[in-house]
Amino acid sequence: MLSRVANSLFWMSRYVERAENVARLLDVNLQLLLDYRSLDDETLRKHWMPIVQTTGDEESFAKQHNQATASAVADFMVFNQDNSNSIVSSICSARENARMIRDQITIETWEELNRLYLFILSPEARIVWTESPTDFFNQVKASSIQLLGLSYATHSHNEGWWFSEAGRFMERADKTSRILDLRHHTLPERGLPKSVSQTDALEWSAVLRSCSAWDVFKAIYGAEVNPYNVAQFLLLNEDFPRSIRFCVERLNESLRHISGVPVNRFGNDAEKLCGRLAAELQFITIEEVFEIGLHGYLDQVQLKLNSVGEALFNAYIFQSFDLDSEVQFVQQEEQQQQSLRPSTLVTHP
Amino acid sequence: MTGVAKTELASLNLCGGDRQGFFDEMFGREGVPLKHYDKVHKAFCQISSNEYQSKRNAVDLAFLRQGVTFNVYGDSRGTERVFPFDMVPRIIPAAEWETIERGLTQRVTALNLFLHDIYHEQRILNDGTIPAHYVLSGKHFRREFVNFAVPKDIYIHVCGTDLIRDDKGNYMVLEDNGRCPSGVSYVLENRRAMKRTFRNVFEKTGVRPVEHYPQELLKALQHIAPAGVAEPTIALLTPGAYNSAYFEHTYLARQMGIEIVEGRDLVVREEHVFMRTTKGLKPVHVIYRRIDDDFLDPTVFRRDSMLGVPGLVRAYRAGNVSLANSIGTGIADDKVMYYFVPRMIKYYLDQEPILPNVPTYLASEEADKKYMLENLGKLVVKAANESGGYGMLMGPKATKEEIEKFRQLIIADPRNYIAQPMISLSTHPTYCGEEGFEGRHVDLRPFILCGEKTVIIPGGLTRVALRKGSLVVNSSQGGGSKDTWVLYGDK
Repeated sequence: MLSRVANSLFWMSRYVERAENVARLLDVNLQLLLDYRSLDDETLRKHWMPIVQTTGDEESFAKQHNQATASAVADFMVFNQDNSNSIVSSICSARENARMIRDQITIETWEELNRLYLFILSPEARIVWTESPTDFFNQVKASSIQLLGLSYATHSHNEGWWFSEAGRFMERADKTSRILDLRHHTLPERGLPKSVSQTDALEWSAVLRSCSAWDVFKAIYGAEVNPYNVAQFLLLNEDFPRSIRFCVERLNESLRHISGVPVNRFGNDAEKLCGRLAAELQFITIEEVFEIGLHGYLDQVQLKLNSVGEALFNAYIFQSFDLDSEVQFVQQEEQQQQSLRPSTLVTHP
Repeated sequence: MTGVAKTELASLNLCGGDRQGFFDEMFGREGVPLKHYDKVHKAFCQISSNEYQSKRNAVDLAFLRQGVTFNVYGDSRGTERVFPFDMVPRIIPAAEWETIERGLTQRVTALNLFLHDIYHEQRILNDGTIPAHYVLSGKHFRREFVNFAVPKDIYIHVCGTDLIRDDKGNYMVLEDNGRCPSGVSYVLENRRAMKRTFRNVFEKTGVRPVEHYPQELLKALQHIAPAGVAEPTIALLTPGAYNSAYFEHTYLARQMGIEIVEGRDLVVREEHVFMRTTKGLKPVHVIYRRIDDDFLDPTVFRRDSMLGVPGLVRAYRAGNVSLANSIGTGIADDKVMYYFVPRMIKYYLDQEPILPNVPTYLASEEADKKYMLENLGKLVVKAANESGGYGMLMGPKATKEEIEKFRQLIIADPRNYIAQPMISLSTHPTYCGEEGFEGRHVDLRPFILCGEKTVIIPGGLTRVALRKGSLVVNSSQGGGSKDTWVLYGDK
């Protein structure tokens, strides 16, 4: 498979996943606001800034908005095309990648992604958004889930498909880690908080809902929502498809499918680093995580995911695209050849 | 939407109307539907205006959803557009098509013989049939490839010759596109759309299929595989996703089941071409390139080309990779060479041209130049090496300033200009919104494939100038397209 194609498949699914995660995150937190008694600037700032931080765009947000109001944040993270992580930007990037590999994806996938793209840029999208943000987010989420289904059901599960899986789970692991980190300012640097207020409980529920994890969580832990349980579930649960451990294991598996190297070995840095991270998540307890500090630990996980991404790029995608060095190489070959062979040029008398 | 209520029950008014002295494809010169349009005319007359509108919207929406679009250069926002599609098909009866087919085959055969000749013995130049300086001064004559043997002696593998019809309905060749003609994906997509939308009209009429084009193209590409390569790896080389024909590139690659590559995906090592894959370098044997000569290889042609592959030309020279079309076919697209094609046919095949040229004046011939300069207001002037409707003067529609500008251009560089009388292109009933159906000017671009034998899929791309009175059919300048039906019979 062409390296460029593999790269596009990886990013196409990664951007779709990103759009879906941002949609879920915003949806839940807009609804959460309805439960607050007073909405002064400080409350709003505390509520929204961590959400802006989940996509790492704090500075760019501050440049454009003085106040972290719901509408400012939402607009920044939904329609702002200068914010490369907004829903619109993510969908445009996903579609751009898909366009570059039109011949490699099924018509069903292309049409759905293209439909989402046309919708999101249409005036209709703004109308839906204004009338009911939830309806708007539902459309984005539904489309993302449909693309996921199409990927499973209409694509050959070949090398390229595993690249798109890798992109999806890399993004999902990263986003879950950032959503789980949303309430870190309510936690002590190390260890667990002494008590959990009713507001805290509401906010931790929002964290769960932002990962579509509410129902599954309740089935396992009952109604008691506290940071300990939420972190254990979203970080270390083996079976929930949005937990960080699940995503890293699936990412690891995808890498092995791409190379054919068994799980207990590694053939490149991406496999080595990802295998290590997966093992760590398998053999760490949530107590140990809180001893390190949840925020600090999640930071490390994000850095490790980044290095897996870089290693993946180096192993499969990155090759010398440097035109100048290529030209030089060819010219050297050319000179050697010319001394061996008489010129074949003939001009007209 | 206000117009809808008014015309709700009205059926379509598809009538001859005022043809203004043009030949109309459906109504000929007399204003009554020609025999081969009979069934389609009746079928369309039975569709209500509302039904037509809703079919039309469905087709447009489908194109948009599928991304059947072209990119507009110099338009940074909404850079992709749907190529406007008109649902009234253009129909060619069997006998007429048979003549066209013979004429095109004759023409492309002569062109390939001509290219072989000028890159080898140069007989046609040496004996003065074509003045040598015209060829040797051609912008796209590649003297580096003199005496280079192209695989199977085929230079032009894919040709998109533009045909028009004059006011008497005679077919004439307007130009030969022997480099990277585009548009065939619209032929295939238009047909799909028509089959979905007018299923029963199809069944009644008896239309020859076009769907085998990708297979035929693939065969032509396999035919030129380097010696000793039994199962060649074939790739389509595209300038990338921002090229105006990118949709077509991915479409054809997908239909043929070959890789689509950009310059940066390819690398040359020891005179062999490879693709960069996730499993390392993989050899490539045949390249269907949709990039002009100039951009193919920055070590040989334009140094600033970011689209090409350094070393590609050397691999080509070494015979390790084949290119379609071959390097150097651009000289055949030179509008001055066009003037000489009838002579080539006579010279190499000893035949009379089946499809005539449009009368053409060469500015480098003194008598012609004098006539041109005296009659600029009546003539169409074209630069010898421009395409897509650029670098053109439409005398009768031009301002004084434009005419003066071209006068100076011609005097400064006569080799680079030709002129033709204003040809009244035939018209075809075309849906024009509120006005209903009106005649709009059309041309026809059939696609000719030269492999083991010459294959032409029945029909081709009918382009239509959607603006009233306009003669410019190019997609970049307000043109649209129609499905082209070649019938099994004559009615």
